[in-house]
Amino acid sequence: MTTLDRFLTGDRVALAKVISFVEDRSDGYDRVLSRIFSGGKTTYRVGLTGPPGAGKSSLVNRLAVLLADQGLRVGIIAVDPSSPFSGGALLGDRVRMQALYGRPEIFVRSMATRGSSGGLAAATKDVCVVLEGFGFDIILVETVGVGQIELDVASVCDTVVVVFVPESGDAIQAMKSGLMEIANVFCLNKSDRPGAERIKAELESILDVHRQVRMVAKDSPPPWETPVIPTVAIRDTGIAHLWEAVSQHRRYRSQADPAGFRKARARSDLVLSLTELTHERLERTLFESDQLNLAVEQIVSGRADPYTIAHQLFDSWRRS
Amino acid sequence: MKKIRVLLAKPGLDGHDRGIKVIAAALRDAGMEVIYTGLRQTPEMVVEAAIQEDVDFIGMSILSGAHMTLFPEVLRLLKEKGAGTIHLFGGGIIPDQESVELEKQGVGKLFGPGTTTEEIVTYIRSVAAKKKQEPVM
Repeated sequence: MTTLDRFLTGDRVALAKVISFVEDRSDGYDRVLSRIFSGGKTTYRVGLTGPPGAGKSSLVNRLAVLLADQGLRVGIIAVDPSSPFSGGALLGDRVRMQALYGRPEIFVRSMATRGSSGGLAAATKDVCVVLEGFGFDIILVETVGVGQIELDVASVCDTVVVVFVPESGDAIQAMKSGLMEIANVFCLNKSDRPGAERIKAELESILDVHRQVRMVAKDSPPPWETPVIPTVAIRDTGIAHLWEAVSQHRRYRSQADPAGFRKARARSDLVLSLTELTHERLERTLFESDQLNLAVEQIVSGRADPYTIAHQLFDSWRRS
Repeated sequence: MKKIRVLLAKPGLDGHDRGIKVIAAALRDAGMEVIYTGLRQTPEMVVEAAIQEDVDFIGMSILSGAHMTLFPEVLRLLKEKGAGTIHLFGGGIIPDQESVELEKQGVGKLFGPGTTTEEIVTYIRSVAAKKKQEPVM
């Protein structure tokens, strides 16, 4: 019996091995993915993102317990950064996820970014596909601690929760573009701290402006009203509220267009796969041949410019 | 590309985690992916995390004297759950004769006070080099 066979019978050791195989981009990983691919009809992907120390892991910990208690199967992907210098990583999200042990409905996997800079690893969407193929109902994707522009989570997940804290005052100003625009739900964690009420009101007024700007066409469906949900993850406060907001967004998406979010997801997954494939092939043919070095010589000696050469190299690669 | 993945754990009631954090940083700097699970882990928690994370190694730090209970229990659970290929090693205050006894039972090397981080990195790399990857399909 191969690992893939055992995976298909629901063996969790095999699940972990398949994830590694895909994550490592081992030879034939895409064939494995195509065997596993289920279309994710019954799975919903929820992303949690936000600045470092906002409490993303603690929220995932609470959410997963809440969902598992409802009988749902929950797969968790917790991403932490790889060192750009050593390539190593310290993956510590489990420290905040102590409630998840001994629960057969829950599976937690830590992932290092391995060179990606968008807040997730390049393989994160494929690990989602693996978890969907295994039959999880909900996938919680926790990004690295982010600033403004690490927005990959928006193309991988169906609902994005942006987590912030009362101390994020100035950060909210900075978040007006980027992070702010991908939030479907805002979670104000550590909301028992001073200043929580004020920052919630501030954020809601910014969101109101955003909403008015977006209300243009008369016949278009009413835009989603991004809620701000206060929580205190370590005291298990507000978690059911948070999940209710996520569920409302899920309903909103499927009412607007029942197959819509699956189309959007399929589209972005496909674009990501194509980009990676193109990059990989291009790298293999160009970087491993002498073409690149020859081109560099031409540029340095003044016989050609990089823009023309880039087009020539690309065209010759496409014909080959 | 395959990365060496190591789970580092502090099982039992011992709260002295400075040593294991030094090891975690050293392994990260050596290019490995280190999963740190925090304090007061039971053997069941250690093994469950190791399986989900598909690690190649488990490193346990025990300074409480409970090593003759905790190491064999983790080994037993790994075999029981079908994860016997994960290599278990460790460190702490472990008398020589008990070290020998644990190694006889199948635990890897146990590092005592004065060990350099380089020795541990070298050890992990040499064991990893001998491991073969099984095909998925």
